[in-house]
Amino acid sequence: MNASFNIEIRRIRELAPGIREFSLGRSDGEDFPVYSGGSHIVLSLPLGERQHRNPYSLLGDPTVRNTWRIAVRKQEQSRGGSAWLHEQAREGMRIDISAPVNLFPLDRLGRHHILVAGGIGITPILSQARELARLGADFEVHYAYRGPEYGVFADELETLAPGRIHHYVATRREQIEFSTLLAGRPLGTHFYICGPAGMVAASMNAGAALGWPESHLHSEQFLAPTGGEPFDVELTLSNKRFTVPSDLSLLEAIEQQGVDAPYLCRGGACGQCETEVISCDGELLHHDLYLSAEERASGKKIMPCVSRLKGGCMTLKL
Amino acid sequence: MSIAFKQETFRDDYTYSNSPEAIRRFPFPFHQDEYMYSVNMEPHTPGAVGSVFEHPFDIDEHYIAECRDRAITLERDPGRCASLPHMMDAEWDTLELIMESLSNSYPELFTLQKDGTRWTWINRPLDLRQSFTFGDAATLPCPPFEYITRQTQGDFVIMDQRENNLFADAGMITAQADWSLAFDIGMSFMEWHGPVPLAHELGVFERALKYLLMLQQGRPVRRLNWTMTINPRLDTAPETYPEWGQDRACVTPENVGEKVHLRVELQTLFRLPRSNGMLFSIRCYLASMNDLATYPRWPARLHRVLKTLPNELIEYKGITRYRETVTEWLARRDNGAELAPGTQPE
Repeated sequence: MNASFNIEIRRIRELAPGIREFSLGRSDGEDFPVYSGGSHIVLSLPLGERQHRNPYSLLGDPTVRNTWRIAVRKQEQSRGGSAWLHEQAREGMRIDISAPVNLFPLDRLGRHHILVAGGIGITPILSQARELARLGADFEVHYAYRGPEYGVFADELETLAPGRIHHYVATRREQIEFSTLLAGRPLGTHFYICGPAGMVAASMNAGAALGWPESHLHSEQFLAPTGGEPFDVELTLSNKRFTVPSDLSLLEAIEQQGVDAPYLCRGGACGQCETEVISCDGELLHHDLYLSAEERASGKKIMPCVSRLKGGCMTLKL
Repeated sequence: MSIAFKQETFRDDYTYSNSPEAIRRFPFPFHQDEYMYSVNMEPHTPGAVGSVFEHPFDIDEHYIAECRDRAITLERDPGRCASLPHMMDAEWDTLELIMESLSNSYPELFTLQKDGTRWTWINRPLDLRQSFTFGDAATLPCPPFEYITRQTQGDFVIMDQRENNLFADAGMITAQADWSLAFDIGMSFMEWHGPVPLAHELGVFERALKYLLMLQQGRPVRRLNWTMTINPRLDTAPETYPEWGQDRACVTPENVGEKVHLRVELQTLFRLPRSNGMLFSIRCYLASMNDLATYPRWPARLHRVLKTLPNELIEYKGITRYRETVTEWLARRDNGAELAPGTQPE
């Protein structure tokens, strides 16, 4: 199993105004691994000088291994990722993607599953619904969208689970009432939602008010990006000065300089790479699981495998 | 590469032994003179050729004998393999991962042929050939997890990930260091590690759990764990304690070298693709004190580790009864010279 793949954009489909579907195949012609319903991948998009990393849910059948599909809505506030996919991307182009990550998994002990999608939030719900159908599980889907032309996966869903799909079209003044949808559900029911932030918050509030356990209310989460803003570093013991680019961790950048820094887990948990900060003129962004609150507050320690600096320059005893 | 598989036993007459090559590649776990729990996990990337880290799953000269010993244990106690009903996808994930890995790592020993979902698995050391339909458990002689782990060295737990936790919901456990699958199955990560002393207070399990919850496909991790066992016995389960517990009382200065074994577990963790579960492999290596003494660094290091090991760990690992005898034996092989950090034999 690989941790990343180079892929070719095999097919682009215009699904609705501002919504495009991409079919991806591996450049080496091999099969993709299977994935679990609710998984996403991270695309590395070539925006000018730098790689821009955007997560997108896989929406196809998780057991189909020659093609992966994603759907992208052009964001008005796009930092460039969705705009590139809408304006620059062409069939035949090659980019790098990560292996699937699932931070929105189904609970396999659930007795009944309620899936809710708002607009383009349908993408992870589709792979979840396919997985539930394959497992023969009991589920229902509630799909809300702006107008009839935006219900872009309505037909696929109907084929998958006839009679179990409920549509809510905003132009017809239809809206999901979460206090009704979530009321009176039997124990063992799980709720999953992906959609606009306001809609997700409304559903979580309704669930909490109705006494749902937090562990049974699920909303889509993406993996936090590993990179960040570039910053400058000075290593006193090895006498180096360099810039950590946005797509490398501090540890990776140190290694690129040929400096043999200690490490073990590379995930902020083991404590091996703990490094003394001699000085810094920006904010330390601690992403580790290791340092105590006091150690963080002291500003004297950093775990270079996951943490970095917001702006400016830091000097490390390394 | 070809492996000369040994005819040997892990019970009764205990004919188990290590070849010089097996001793040299033994995963000695002590980098320094003192031992304490830590989150000692690292990426499970391929290690040096010939090392136990070379392949995702290590097969060595004890393969056939270990598979036989597992079959004996399962015959006596079928409950050593268990899987909760929601784990069927994870069972197939495990079968796929192990079959693909073994056939890639050891093509002269294992072959996997695929024609869509029609698969044929050839295991030459055990002389098995099985055609089956991937995803259809009825086409295998036993459920997929049991089928493949009967043919793989090491114990296995499959963890289900939910509620920001990991649950031990399936297992094939016949070579355990005194813990019971029947007792632990279905437990959460903290419940299952409940009995371990000192580590909870150090925050080790809290950090380890958070780290593992983010484990990604294609990026397995590993760590080493260790204990000591009298006689080269794989089945040191609570269920069979009457058969092996008393052995701890039989260690004498004369028999330490052959009776007392360092038991090292190479623990590896893999994210499973279909189920989003996690495979936890616990691959056990046994080396007698005589084996370790082949390389002077090892008995000297182990001597210092045992001498300074906190009583809570001595007690938890079941070493109390013979600690003094083995420490004295090792002391005679420790000249007190400073040992450079590292686990290497030379």
